[in-house]
Amino acid sequence: MERPVKKDFKRPTHINDYPVGPQYEAGHLAETNASWRSVRPVVDNDKCINCLICYMVCPDGTIMKTDGKISVDYDYCKGCGVCAHECPKDAIAMVKEEL
Amino acid sequence: MENLKTNKIFISGDEAVAHGVRLSRPHVIAAYPITPQTITVERLSEMVENGELDSDYMHVESEHSALSAAMGASSVGARTFTATSSQGLLYMVEAMHYASGGRYPIVMMNANRSVALPWSIYGDQRDSLSQLDSGWIQVYVEDAQEALDMMIQAYKIAEHAKVLTPMMVNLDGFILTHTYEMVEIPDQAMVDKFLPVFETPNKMCFENPKNMAFSSQPDDNTEFKYQQNQAMFDAIEVIEQTEKEFGELFGRNYQSMVEEINCDDADAVLVTLGSITGTVRVVMEQLRARGLKVGILKIRYMRPFPEKEIMALSHKIKAIGVIDKDISFGYEGTIFTNVNSALAKSNASIFKKNFIGGLGGRDITKAEIEKMYHDLLAGITSNNQKTVEFFNLKVETND
Repeated sequence: MERPVKKDFKRPTHINDYPVGPQYEAGHLAETNASWRSVRPVVDNDKCINCLICYMVCPDGTIMKTDGKISVDYDYCKGCGVCAHECPKDAIAMVKEEL
Repeated sequence: MENLKTNKIFISGDEAVAHGVRLSRPHVIAAYPITPQTITVERLSEMVENGELDSDYMHVESEHSALSAAMGASSVGARTFTATSSQGLLYMVEAMHYASGGRYPIVMMNANRSVALPWSIYGDQRDSLSQLDSGWIQVYVEDAQEALDMMIQAYKIAEHAKVLTPMMVNLDGFILTHTYEMVEIPDQAMVDKFLPVFETPNKMCFENPKNMAFSSQPDDNTEFKYQQNQAMFDAIEVIEQTEKEFGELFGRNYQSMVEEINCDDADAVLVTLGSITGTVRVVMEQLRARGLKVGILKIRYMRPFPEKEIMALSHKIKAIGVIDKDISFGYEGTIFTNVNSALAKSNASIFKKNFIGGLGGRDITKAEIEKMYHDLLAGITSNNQKTVEFFNLKVETND
């Protein structure tokens, strides 16, 4: 539930630094991956009962807990709205992104 | 005394392949039947069914799926087998580049068969020779025994940590796949001793999760391809080492990248690939008995290519001929192109000729092979022949 730690990526300097074929230890390949989001989920923590359904349904694993409260990792959230749709307390609103 | 211990049975080349695969104990077999490979996959499915082979036999709807399924299994450490031929091989092509780029050491048997059109189920080598650039190791065998032995060696070579490259074992359609021969079936315990368990660097586990088969940007793509190329060159040493170990354990030695037959004092050498070598051996011996200095260079591996051996040979001989059961339209036979490139690097000025024939299953006769040797010997003194020639056309042409 914690925000995933981003590992520093060091570019290979020798051919042996490359993995054997395109497979490597799992991690984030991009620092941010949310540029096409048009609406963002905003959590109303007063309505939220911490049932974690949003955490379970988020296809990108961007729901996390910050200081015991549900929040969203906007570096990766694509704005699909599944969390808002599934929230039993309507505690998540999809808000238009300002361009 | 050793001979008394032999375990020879009378089987076809396809069945020999099936036995070689059985002895190598693959975890997963995914294949789609196609003439003339069919008997191999039928035998393997019977072996799985009757419990002789503990393997998951995946029934797939196409060759593309067969190789894709093998790739999925191989990517997480399963020893995998698939088999195909001709149109089936060409249907796999997209996945072939995936498998070699992913460094998945799948072993595949390919029954060499003509490609359509005109539709033909009979043999030539245009199917696999069109795939030299797909990143697979390619070996070609001469008889059923070599086919069986190479299945076992193929896993050891492909799965070697320095190689991790898929490998295709080619045998000529019908001439080898459907001809019955006495074949020695090696002892399982000895094969187990020879062939270690496949250790993938990519085990799928929760403790150490991996991103598999990812894409790359222009920043990294070249380095992955460089690495793939290097692995193919590294395979040469592994092939030589594997061949040596196999010879010591099983008593059969195939001389690694090429087999040179009477080349040391030869004036003219014919380069062969696959089963045609057997017929050329007979003709070569007949001509030797008549005092003609002729030899054979049997190419076993097309990738990696035996460049070193051909360069060395070029300084010993005066004429070289290449038999191609293949034609790259608008140029020449593909084996010839490869051989000629090695000759150019060695600065050899010897007489060269490319014999194109045996296409779509047409027999190559002893008389034709004898004429090739005579053409080569004549070419040493007077070079007035065409470099590339269809040798067994049955009609007049407009040339």
